[in-house]
Amino acid sequence: MIMSIYYSLCRYDVLRIPQFIGLANYEKLLFEDPYFWTSIYNTLFYTALRVPFSIVGSLLLAVLVNNAVKGVKVFRTVYFIPSIVTGVVLSVVWLWMFNPQFGLINSFLAFMGIPGPLWLLDPDWSKPAMVLMSVWSIGGGRMLVFLAAIQNIPLHLYEAVDIDGGGWWAKFRNVTVPMLSPVIFLWTVMEIIFSLQVFVEAYIMTQGGPLNSTMFYNLYLYNKAFNDFEMGYASALAWLLLIISLIITIIQFRISRKWVYYEGSK
Amino acid sequence: MTNTQKKYIKNTFIYLLLTVFALFFVIPFLWILSTSLKGDAQIFTIPPQWIPETFHWDNYAKVFERIPFLLYIKNSVFISAIVITGTVLSSSIVAYSFACLNWPGRNFMFILVLATMMLPIQVIMIPVFVFFKEIGWLNSFKPLTLPAFLGGGAFNVFLLRQFFLSIPKDLLDSARIDGCSEFRIYWNIVLPNAKPALATVAILTFMFTWNDFLGPLIYLSDQAKGTIALGLGMFVGQYVTEWSLLMAASMLMMLPMLLIFFAFQKYFIQGFLMTGLKD
Repeated sequence: MIMSIYYSLCRYDVLRIPQFIGLANYEKLLFEDPYFWTSIYNTLFYTALRVPFSIVGSLLLAVLVNNAVKGVKVFRTVYFIPSIVTGVVLSVVWLWMFNPQFGLINSFLAFMGIPGPLWLLDPDWSKPAMVLMSVWSIGGGRMLVFLAAIQNIPLHLYEAVDIDGGGWWAKFRNVTVPMLSPVIFLWTVMEIIFSLQVFVEAYIMTQGGPLNSTMFYNLYLYNKAFNDFEMGYASALAWLLLIISLIITIIQFRISRKWVYYEGSK
Repeated sequence: MTNTQKKYIKNTFIYLLLTVFALFFVIPFLWILSTSLKGDAQIFTIPPQWIPETFHWDNYAKVFERIPFLLYIKNSVFISAIVITGTVLSSSIVAYSFACLNWPGRNFMFILVLATMMLPIQVIMIPVFVFFKEIGWLNSFKPLTLPAFLGGGAFNVFLLRQFFLSIPKDLLDSARIDGCSEFRIYWNIVLPNAKPALATVAILTFMFTWNDFLGPLIYLSDQAKGTIALGLGMFVGQYVTEWSLLMAASMLMMLPMLLIFFAFQKYFIQGFLMTGLKD
């Protein structure tokens, strides 16, 4: 770690010994490098889209599979299976799914009479496409986490809503969500950290394109470090990412005091 | 409307929703399988055919001809085996010292270990790369395998420590009174009692190593040393329109994971509940 801070203050191309240049890397990043801001924008956009979808989606799924109907366990397993597909395989498979002409998604949309977008070839659709893919692959895993938490909620709380004549929505809003708020909070924090680190998908599927619309932070960092061999510059990027993650996490902890309910504390 | 009727309608609605989501999660798999068995002409049809006219099982053979897939599998299996051994051994030893031994500064060190989980890998990636370059380990399996013997990852340590804490202290103390060495307690008492947790660690480690792309990408430059993830990644670049082969290769790469999942579902899901290792 200390070496990393040191490198971030140097000009270092691996072949020659590091040359100390003070804060010049950071200055260049913040004030001269347009790609830095592009990658920040892309990454935050992706995060802002993925986190609510995956949290709300898997929470609702968890409520759904918490229904005690016959065969529900099979459904739980089925929902979880995509969770074992990650990284390269996930990217390759969805590259084909998103194929504008012959891919499954646009074939389905055409069947419904909707002209599908170009997905990964369209700068406006490339990020939503990647979010859709992520939600497919992580939804089932997150669902199980929420399901385990839901099953720990004492039943009498729901019975109280029944007595008051409340329906499904009242139970969800007034019991499930408040009781689950610590878990939801924890996973929101983690999900944001994961989203900020998206890399393999963009590397395999788009190499940052089209028009740099999927040039995510870590892809940019990788290119700087291992294509351009600007190790000092890349280290500075890494440290800024850490600082950004920390700031976002601290803000979340601040906000959480307003909405997270911890049983046992007043 | 009577209560039974109400319940009937509600259940129908639930099954409807369950089925829609099941299709969303499952159809891509059928689509991969279907594509992997198609000939070139059948892939590019509108609307798509679900069941190919003729089953092109030879697509799977072709994968092995086009790229040294067998070699990649061998490399990946080799790396995974070493990493799993190293991770299970070293993380369990570290966890043992955190859970069953008393030493000054233990709790502080434990918090430090947990804190490293928060650190983005990019921050340490570059100095570690430079270090391996300096000692001449680039383009070998060493940077991918040997670090597993140094602690085995904060998460695994955490998971095992929690499990070890549940082993009754009396058991360990009575062994100590009988003059059992700490290593033998660890090896003969703690490990055999922690099999489920060790299985979880092994499975998650396998999954991570098998799928790891960034590590091999950085450290391996020689084609003959590629792993299966790296090989598939290269394959995309070279044969971008040969979807049937790409899907066949993807199926092959997924297969061990699917088999392990169905064989050890319990450990798999247990591991997932405790982590978000999915990234």
